[in-house]
Amino acid sequence: MSLLEVKDLSIHFGGVKAVQNVSFSIDSGIVYSVIGPNGAGKTTLFNLITGVYTPTSGEIRLDGEIIQGKSPDELARRGMARTFQNLQICMNMSAIENVMVGAHLRLDRNLFKAMLRLPALKRRDEALREEAAGLMEFVGLGEYVGARADAMSYGALKRLEIARALAMKPRLIFLDEPAAGLNPKETQEVDHLVRKVADSGITVVLVEHDMKMVMNLSDRILVLDYGRKLAEGTGQEVRGNPDVIAAYLGTHA
Amino acid sequence: MNKRIYYGLYGLIVILLVLPFVVPNNFYLDLAVRMAINAIIVIGLNLLIGFAGQISLGHAGFLGIGAYASAVLPMHFGWHPVTAMLTGALASALLAALVAKPIFKLKGHYLAMATLGLGIIINIALRNEAQWTGGPDGMPVLPMALFGFEIGSDRQWYWVVAALLVLTVWGSLNLIDSPFGRALRALHGSEVASQVVGVNVARYKVSIFVLSAFSASIMGSISAHYIGFISPNFADFFHSIELVTMVVIGGMASVYGSIVGAVLLTALPQALATFEGWETVAFGAILMLCMIFMPRGLVPTLAARFSKGDDK
Repeated sequence: MSLLEVKDLSIHFGGVKAVQNVSFSIDSGIVYSVIGPNGAGKTTLFNLITGVYTPTSGEIRLDGEIIQGKSPDELARRGMARTFQNLQICMNMSAIENVMVGAHLRLDRNLFKAMLRLPALKRRDEALREEAAGLMEFVGLGEYVGARADAMSYGALKRLEIARALAMKPRLIFLDEPAAGLNPKETQEVDHLVRKVADSGITVVLVEHDMKMVMNLSDRILVLDYGRKLAEGTGQEVRGNPDVIAAYLGTHA
Repeated sequence: MNKRIYYGLYGLIVILLVLPFVVPNNFYLDLAVRMAINAIIVIGLNLLIGFAGQISLGHAGFLGIGAYASAVLPMHFGWHPVTAMLTGALASALLAALVAKPIFKLKGHYLAMATLGLGIIINIALRNEAQWTGGPDGMPVLPMALFGFEIGSDRQWYWVVAALLVLTVWGSLNLIDSPFGRALRALHGSEVASQVVGVNVARYKVSIFVLSAFSASIMGSISAHYIGFISPNFADFFHSIELVTMVVIGGMASVYGSIVGAVLLTALPQALATFEGWETVAFGAILMLCMIFMPRGLVPTLAARFSKGDDK
């Protein structure tokens, strides 16, 4: 059984059919990429699967359990993590706190214990701070452990989102254009980072425009165009598909 | 950052301990009591506005519920003042919990309007139930008694509210730097990001609204006992606005800023009394200047200036 199964998934915004009858499945432990021209519905697909949007029709199963219509926080409980194409960093918090909030579900979140500063809670928080510092090290942000989030560069914040997602200890992580806006060197570092994440046993679903990175990392690739599934398969299969070439380069190219 | 934030608390304790022995007369002691009461309310409100990023323009309504519970229940039904105070606080918390769910589906201006409406409804109810509340004329409040001792003098009240202020500051600092507090600040920073890491956003908004309403209600009760008289003006729109102004002037998301905001805006009308009739204008001008030159509020602006390049 696949970890994630999507069947006939559609969402309409008024007359706009952003995602139409898309079906695919993702096996545990692989890197699965979603590509397509701008406006193809990649981010919408992410938003559907992670519970930010509710699909108009179709079915999403995680471990065989139907999950569409569940809220993002319920899906987080089931081991789903994600990053955002347009950064969603809490600028009112320090960098390390942004990572620590990723561990939200693993902590005692009791209001009264917090107000009384119970020692057990405090010790757990100290341990978490160390763990979060380790995660920042892991994503290459070791130098920013004491920094404020609003003092970090765009590229660093992109990785901070990955560290926050990893703090959830997820089974499945959705990375929405982790290399967008980065220079070639940074892109390569993110490439290595995604590989490291995948090697740690987390299933990675990737949206990315950098084809070198996609081809390099992906076990399987889904191609979307105008909200529809254009092709699916390994890098080789997708690259040779005439529909995909047409979508990217135009039919008369 | 962890430890240093508590230094302010130690400073506050010292100031509170020394203050009653250095003030020249009861006028200043009375002012100090009212400052401390406002500070506690404003800290609670700042948890909601500054930390969680939600607005309430009806918070004086909860003050009113607490104040009138402490006035009406002992007077007309012979309840013990402490029971009355706790009943008022529970009623405020319950009301807050009931209205919070639908209200916090709203954002921005709509949320402001909804909380404004809530405050006004409470105020109208207090004005109209004249047979219990004395209507617009207000009503006297029986003195507070604890374990058979009556708390009456300004000095006694001073120690009560000073202790409550210290507890409130300590509890709030603890809360902010905890898993609960981080979730609260995260939903302010990015609601969608906090959701996808598992924060049940609605529950956190409701919790902090209920907590701040509970705190406001308790302080409403204490104000009522302290002043000995209560009128619906205490629960009106302008008082709500005044409290929000204290949050903003002192500094959003700053516990110490709340104290500074409360102290300044409680003292300012006294200091401006010499302007005779122009004090509202002077008051407004000071607020505008603060907002133009220190939009983040006094304490965060000054803190940033003194610790340039420093983390935190």
